[in-house]
Amino acid sequence: MTSLFALFVVSLSTFAAEISATAPGNLQWGGELRFAMRSDPKTFDPILSADQSSELLVRLQHGRLLRVNRKTRKYEGDLAESWKILEQGRKIVFQLRKDIRFSDGSALTAKDVVHTIRRVMDPSLNSPKSGAFRYEQGNVIAEALAGDRVAVTFPVVVPSIESEVGDLPMLSAKGDVKLGVGPFVLREYKAASHLKLVRNPYYWRLLSGRRLPQLDSLQIDIVANADMELERFRRGEIHLMESIDAISYDRLQKEMPRSVFDAGPSSDVEFLWFNQNPGSPLAPHKLAWFQSKHFRRAVSAAIRRDDINRLVFQGRATSSAGLMTPANKAWFKAGLKPHAFDLVEAKRLLQQDGFRLQGDVLLDRSNRPVEFSVITSANSKARSRMASLLQQDLKQIGIKITVATFDMPSLIERISRSQNYEVCLFGFVNAGSDPMSFLNMLLSTGPQHMWNPGQKTPATSWEAEIDKSMRAQSSTADFKKRHHAFERVQQILNDEAPVLFLSHRNALVAVASSLGNADPSVDFPRVLWNADRLVWSAR
Amino acid sequence: MIRILAISVLTVLALSALLAGFLTPYSYEAQDREAPSMAPSTKHLLGTDELGRDRFTRLLHGARVSLLLAPAAALLSLAIAVAIGLTAGVAGGPIEQTLSASADLFSSMPWLFLLLIVRAMLPLDVSAWASVGITFVLLGLLGWPGAMRVVRASTTAAKSEGFLLQARAMGIGGPRLWIRQFLPTLRPVLLAQFWISIPLYILTEANLGILGLGVSEPMPSWGNLLFELSGHREVVDSPWLLAPAACLVAALLAMQGLSKSESNPART
Repeated sequence: MTSLFALFVVSLSTFAAEISATAPGNLQWGGELRFAMRSDPKTFDPILSADQSSELLVRLQHGRLLRVNRKTRKYEGDLAESWKILEQGRKIVFQLRKDIRFSDGSALTAKDVVHTIRRVMDPSLNSPKSGAFRYEQGNVIAEALAGDRVAVTFPVVVPSIESEVGDLPMLSAKGDVKLGVGPFVLREYKAASHLKLVRNPYYWRLLSGRRLPQLDSLQIDIVANADMELERFRRGEIHLMESIDAISYDRLQKEMPRSVFDAGPSSDVEFLWFNQNPGSPLAPHKLAWFQSKHFRRAVSAAIRRDDINRLVFQGRATSSAGLMTPANKAWFKAGLKPHAFDLVEAKRLLQQDGFRLQGDVLLDRSNRPVEFSVITSANSKARSRMASLLQQDLKQIGIKITVATFDMPSLIERISRSQNYEVCLFGFVNAGSDPMSFLNMLLSTGPQHMWNPGQKTPATSWEAEIDKSMRAQSSTADFKKRHHAFERVQQILNDEAPVLFLSHRNALVAVASSLGNADPSVDFPRVLWNADRLVWSAR
Repeated sequence: MIRILAISVLTVLALSALLAGFLTPYSYEAQDREAPSMAPSTKHLLGTDELGRDRFTRLLHGARVSLLLAPAAALLSLAIAVAIGLTAGVAGGPIEQTLSASADLFSSMPWLFLLLIVRAMLPLDVSAWASVGITFVLLGLLGWPGAMRVVRASTTAAKSEGFLLQARAMGIGGPRLWIRQFLPTLRPVLLAQFWISIPLYILTEANLGILGLGVSEPMPSWGNLLFELSGHREVVDSPWLLAPAACLVAALLAMQGLSKSESNPART
């Protein structure tokens, strides 16, 4: 559950684009880039990083074997020159590039890669990245082969084998976790104040024969308050903001129109679901409502998603049709549409299930008024507003909802353990980009199968079909087969509506207009993914 | 003059809160989604919020919660403080030490967890008024130790005061001495504690929203209306957003003016 409900970071990066979205003239090597992080990094050990601050530092200091091209979303070589998937997805062999050096000048070898993988698997470290390397069927074997090659063999077929191994930050076998092959090296860290990173003199990537990165240093200030960060950006004290809210975006757009970027729908997704767990303390008549597809679709048809996008996210959001954002071109099912607002259809569906309106109140077959509570997180202003909009929307079909807000741990406890709730309004930040990220959520046996977790056998035929498709996509590395199976899953989720997807908020960033080669993307990190190419225009 | 002004301000605020339903044509929860974040106009005196709700209506309804329940909670904590502080001060010795230590212990307890437990125990469909009522009762029950120390210290210091010795000489003793003769002398201290507690409770109620306690959407309170300002960067461009703060300040000044005039009638 934690992996989905926490702010987990999607491992994606790619080669820098030669041409950038913002390329001011007279680019000049050198200089310092300043920006802010919300909190201190919790660790400098790349294998243990899970929080966003640590993960950002890892990306600036450490290299990976593969990275995702942010345009095509396909993997391409980074520290690995080439790679080959063997044994139907059980084994992957990487050919390392030559002349790649750590920040102390020592060469990256196949032994370092093997050391990294073994360290991830070390049970005493309990690395958050170790999940993909633990199998009941046997151990993962990493071997250094002749000719700077590395082979990693899994005991089972791993559909996302490229990302599982290719996306690990590489460490030196010397054991110093601060040694990296990335563009920058940590020079100074003062807790709760700032970090300073300087260029890695041995960074391997070249531009016109000159060793990148183009910037001399990065100054990262710890600024916990988003308003303060915005003010510092407005004053020119920091040069970029990896993420801003829609209100700040609109304000900056008026003041500094060349400094804001809307990269489009992000992988953040807002949704609600109905508790369909027969073992929960839910009243039987409410369980019957929630288990009805007509009821769920009627509620969905009464929600004005456009209003949520417009009023909660200032128009900087897109109505959601499912887990995958349309920006995820590799996995989004083309043609899948968000449920349309249609009150007539909503009432028709309710009538089919025996519901009827008496005045302004919707009654079920047993003449019980249709009322339920929606739980959500208390510290999210956006969700609080969404809940207010839902209250008014559902009033139109005679449904009364009560909003109950909880601190996050209490909310998680209710939805994952006690199951003492009726409907939950929630969201994922940086939801996964590969179907494997949603395996535990979509399989009916999964502990994170939100609406009815941990089923022994699928409660419905459509859940059985989702199980079948998810298992099919998880047992092959053939992209076409996986894609076909996951398209079916997306369609079933859309049709059966166990989860009502609401909005994908847009990825909004702010970047100083004099910073060249900034090419904001929807994935984390949105601007600093090509930190080695960022460059100042001559001032 | 101050007294009249203070009474006028409080009367206007109280009447506005009570007659909110007659003073504006809107409901505090009604959303005009085609008119979000509007500037003040004749239609919406204080404009509308992000969901198109009339800010003036929400301000008036918010006053009901804040002006009624925050003083009630302040009175509750003051009553507890007087009872315990007076007992400690009068009894002295081990009883005073025990009660003082209890107050210290009470202050150091992690009450956040109690609040979380209370929230967890409330039914999911608890009404907004019940939720806010419980919140203010909790605030009242938890807020006494500070005032108790003041009362205890004042009581201890007053034991050798001339007027009490004189009263004893006249045969007045026991609870009558302390309640009838001594307690009125604490009035300025108690009033000060009372005024301090009210804004504190109003803002605490808003902060408790983070735990899911307090006034929840769509019901307004001055606390949660003020809380919106914490993330609002357009106060300079939109000064009408400060209306809840202005009302709170006006109410507090009026309450303080009234208390001063009562404690020193000659100057009014």
